[in-house]
This record gives sequence, C-alpha cells and structure tokens, in this order.
Amino acid sequence: MSTQQYEGQAAGQANWPNGIAPYNSPIPMARTHLGHALVSEWTKIRTVRSTVWTLSVMFVLVVGIGLLTAMALSGDDYTGMPLLSSGLFGLMLGQLCVITLGVLVVTSEYGTGMIRTTLTACPQRGRVLLAKAVVFFVLAFVMTTLACTLTALINSALLSDQTRPSYVSDSNFGGSFEGGKLVASGGEWLGATVGAGLYVALLGLLSLAVGALLRHSAGAITTMMGVVLLPLVMALFMAGEALKDVRDFLLEYSPLNGLASLYRIPMTEDQDATGWPLLGGLAVVTLIILGVAYALLHKRDV
Amino acid sequence: MIEAYGLTKRYGAKTAVYNLSFQVRPGAVTGFLGPNGSGKSTTMRMILGLDTPTSGRVTVGGHAFRGLPNAPRQVGALLDAKAVHGGRSARNHLLSLAQLSGIPARRVDEVLGVVGLQEVGKKRSKGFSLGMGQRLGIAAALLGDPQVLLFDEPVNGLDPEGILWVRNLMRRLASEGRTVFVSSHLMSEMAQTADHLIVIGRGQLMADMSVQEFIERNSVGFARVRTPDTEPEQREKLIVALQEAGGQAQPENDGALRVTGLPLPRISDLAHSADVRLWELSPHQASLEEAYMRLTQGSVDYRSTTDMRAGLQQPAGAPGMAVPGTVPPQAAPVPGAAAQMPPAPQGNPYVAQQPVPQQAPQPGAPEGGTLQMRAQQPPAGAAGSSTSSTTKNEGEDA
Repeated sequence: MSTQQYEGQAAGQANWPNGIAPYNSPIPMARTHLGHALVSEWTKIRTVRSTVWTLSVMFVLVVGIGLLTAMALSGDDYTGMPLLSSGLFGLMLGQLCVITLGVLVVTSEYGTGMIRTTLTACPQRGRVLLAKAVVFFVLAFVMTTLACTLTALINSALLSDQTRPSYVSDSNFGGSFEGGKLVASGGEWLGATVGAGLYVALLGLLSLAVGALLRHSAGAITTMMGVVLLPLVMALFMAGEALKDVRDFLLEYSPLNGLASLYRIPMTEDQDATGWPLLGGLAVVTLIILGVAYALLHKRDV
Repeated sequence: MIEAYGLTKRYGAKTAVYNLSFQVRPGAVTGFLGPNGSGKSTTMRMILGLDTPTSGRVTVGGHAFRGLPNAPRQVGALLDAKAVHGGRSARNHLLSLAQLSGIPARRVDEVLGVVGLQEVGKKRSKGFSLGMGQRLGIAAALLGDPQVLLFDEPVNGLDPEGILWVRNLMRRLASEGRTVFVSSHLMSEMAQTADHLIVIGRGQLMADMSVQEFIERNSVGFARVRTPDTEPEQREKLIVALQEAGGQAQPENDGALRVTGLPLPRISDLAHSADVRLWELSPHQASLEEAYMRLTQGSVDYRSTTDMRAGLQQPAGAPGMAVPGTVPPQAAPVPGAAAQMPPAPQGNPYVAQQPVPQQAPQPGAPEGGTLQMRAQQPPAGAAGSSTSSTTKNEGEDA
C-alpha cells in the first residue's frame, strides 16, 4: 500500500458502480394539485379519534343544553327572549370543541412529527395548509350548522306558544310577534343556524391558523380560549365610569358578543345588532392570521 | 441522483453542516456515515426541503426538492420512524399519503405486504414497536415507487431478521437502478450494505469513496515499529532498510512507524541486520469500525489539537491533518467505544504509562470534547518509555 493512500477522496470517484440504467416506475405519474391534498386531508381528519370526539361532544352540548333549556323555559308564558336565542348557551360551550379540533388539525401533525412526512410527500406547503383549512372549515360548518338547526327546531317547537304580555311593546324586547304570539323572523332563523355555524367554523379556522403559527397544541388551545373568553371576563371586572369606554369596547368585540348578536341577544346596548358585521370582522381577522401562517409555513424549517 | 453543492446550515451560532458537497448516484447504495450529531439528519432534511440551507444548494434529479411536481413519485424518504400520527391506522396513514400524490389505493396494500405489515394494517400505529414503525416508514418511502430513496437510520430498532431484510431490500432497490442513500452511524452495517460511502464528521465531509476503496485503505494489517526516540538516525536507517525490502513505512505522529507489506519476523530481521534497536514491534489490524472512528475522531482532533498546542511544545509530526480521506495516525481506539464521542482516551498505549501534563481547563475552551482530547494526547517526544508491544486491538500478525 502506498504512502499516498490517504491523500483524499478524488481518487475514489472512479469506483462508482455504473452500468445500471436509472429506474423508471411503471406506475403512471399524475401531476398533483389541490384536489389530491383535499382528498388526503379528508382521509386524515376522518381517521383520527379527536375529530369524532370533539364533534360528538359539540353536538351533545349544543343539542343537549338547547333541549334542557327549552324544556325548562317551556312552562313560562313569556321568557323575555327571542324564540331561538336559548340555543346560544349550548353553543358557547360547543364552540370550544370546534376550537380544539381546529387547533389539533394542524398541531397534532407537529406534535407527532407527522408534519415532516406530510411536507415530504407534498413539498408545496401552502397547498397542505389550504387543504387543511378547507376540509376543516367545511366539516366544522356543516356539523355546527346541523347542531344549531336542530336546536333551533327544538326551541321553536317547545317555546312558540309564548304570548306577548300587555306590558311589552313590539319593538321593546327581543323577539318578533305575530298575532300576539312569539315567532322567529327569517333573519333570526338565518342567524341562529347558518350564521352561528359560520361564526363557530370561522373561530375554528382562526384556531387552525393560530395552531399553524404556534405549532403547539396546548399553547394554541390556551391562546384561543383566552381570545374567546377573556374580553368578556375582563369587561365584567371593569366597574366604574372611567373604564366605561374600554369595557364597552371589550364587550362589543368579544367573540362571544358576535355569537350572542346572531341569536339577537347582544351584550351591548345596541339591541338591533344582528351579529353579521362582527362575523365579517372575524372573517377578516381569520384570513389575516391564516395569511401570516401561510407565509411563515413557507419560511420556517420543519 | 442527488447533488449537493457547498451545503451549509447554521442554527444560530451552531453550524450543523458546513460546506458539504457530494453526489449520490443511481444504481448503488450510498452509505451516509457520521457519529451522532454530525449533521446527517440535517443534511437529509435539507435534501427533502424541510430545512432551508443557510447557503449552498441541493438538487434531486436536477431539481430542488420543493420544485418537484410530484415529490413522492420521485423521492421516497424514511426520516423518522415515529413521524406518524399514532392515532391513525397504518393503512389509513399510507392511504392519506397515497392520495396526496395521486397513487391508487391498492398500492397501499401492496407496500404493506412488501414490509410485512399486512396483518396490522388496521391497527393504530401508536401501539407499534420501533421495528414496526421503521417498517411503516419504509412502506411510506416505497409508496410512490420512486427513483430516489432516502433512509435515515433504517435499521434502528429492527431485529436481526429485520436488519437482514432491510439490507437485502436496499441492495435490491439499488440493483433496479434506483438511487439509495442510507444514513447510519454503524460502519459495520454499512460495510455490508453500501457500495459507496460518504462520511461526515461535525458537518464536514471526511471521506467520499467506494466501500471497496475504504476497505483497501483502512482495513489492512500493519506493524507498529518504534525505534529509540533519542536516536533519529536509527529510524532513518530502518526506513531505508524496510523500503529496500519492499515494505512501506509511514511515520505516525508519536514518532513510531506504520509498516505495511512486510511480516513481523522479517521486520525484526531487517532491523537486526541494519543494527537498529527496536522499542516496539506490534501487529495491528484496523477494522473498518476503527478506521471509521478514527476518521470521524479526526474532526475532533482537528479542533482540539490546535487549541492544545498553544500550551504545549510540539516539535514534530504535525497532527490534525484532517484532510478528507485522511486517517489521523493515532493508535487504534478501543472496541466498544463506538458510541462515545469523543472516544475514550485509552487508545494510545503510550498514554497509560506516561504521566500527561494536564493543563488547567482554560476559560473559553471551544468544545466539550476538548479537555478529554487534550488528556489523550501526550506531548510528542516525551513518550518513549513504553515497552508495551500491542494495543488492545491486536489482530493476527501482519
């Protein structure tokens, strides 16, 4: 063996095993697009237990609490609330399930390391996030709207025999009256079903975006709980005239107020609020956060 | 074909991979070797577009990975056996990946069969053993029937039967003309699986050569011969005599000679007839594992030696020539120390007998390994008193 044996690597290049033609797969290759990612994400979301659990619990909470409330109120002649509004109580809890699922759709991939497998299989990262967002949003919207519609029907069936007392004027208290009986207008129906479903699905989508930003389940869920609950809780503790402006601001833009307004029982003094402008605001915020998450997903190492 | 050019990755102040350039060609299994923390996984993540290189670039089949129109059909990867959602069944996990790249669902059952998981396809992967997880990861890599395959430590957690299976699988994949890039920290495993080796240490390229060449260069018997340190002219005389007899003598950095091409009795006879006294004549057999360890240890030596020499006189035999492909001429390390980085400071038989002037730890010593390495290196020229004739790595006679 020569004394030059440790000279370097260059001499080794001649020993490459050659003479084998590069492999070509016989399976035809498709150019991938968003459709593939959507199908894949649908498979992913329906094959984990967290999806089944969170959505079942949401359904039970919304419909169950709606049913119990309606049964409790059905004895009264007049509850002082719009016909469908008691659906809000169950949904206030049910929305937390949707928020949790939204976060988990993204963060469970980071927590398990699955994200590396996913992004290796689909290096077009934006497509993965978009597919997740679409699949989750549609699923959350359909499920929440179903639950809310069922609750609204229950309320309508159990509470519609309420009559207007003589001391209440048509425009004074919430609710519409027709021939002295409490009814729900078309706008109320829309708000308490599709509106509430959209609102909660948007909150879930915001959670998904926050999950993509923070990449950590507990952190993202805590953040979203804070966003949903804290403004109202803080406002409750702000007594006194000096803090009135802050309190009013917190109350008006609290995510819970948006939902309550869709049920026509807003937390502010503006009793005509329908909640749709707040829903639009939530959509804008969600899209912005989703955009930031999209940009960061492209930039960050996985 | 995977091509990396000047690949560098820094995480803050830490450089994980530095100026790495290599090619991985089709039709062969290329082993990617390096100790833990040497940058293998980082390099693989950069190939797969998961991490963005700080500088340099890497292409697969001429394209950046993130620009591939259907990545899983061109590149399959096993990065981490646990990179799956444990709550999903093995089959559904693979199905979601197949759908992502438009692969028909029946291919999922095919690859489940290939890796031997068809029985547990419906089970949630949370309950899988590490070996089953590796098989699931390999199934995911094979799903797209890709031309290029990357496996990060695929035999981790596999039983001997599984290891044999992976070895045969890699060889078969390569023989079909695929590019197979396998990382490992086990040289012995790679020697049996790979055709070509890329060795990195501390994120830098240490060797890039065929396994055959690596064996030829490193796994040879040799004799360590030591003449009295006080009489350098005897050493010169012996070198001349050995070369005339057809042997090769290479100086080692502690003053000994590494002699190849001559049996031990012949060396002794030559020394006797040249009237040269010997302080040591010992047979050595460098295993591949040793060669690899010395190679990667070289990168450690490189840094610690420069620091060490500031406080010690070092008249001759410059150590730390960590040229790629170079084996720093140290005595062989102890078998079984493979998991340690840096290796246990027992390799040199002269160290044990010679009290080493220990320096006080300096503030700002650059790396954790520095102090150990410093203790390992005796000052050259001061270590001539040994009568030990073999190291612990004694093999058959040269």
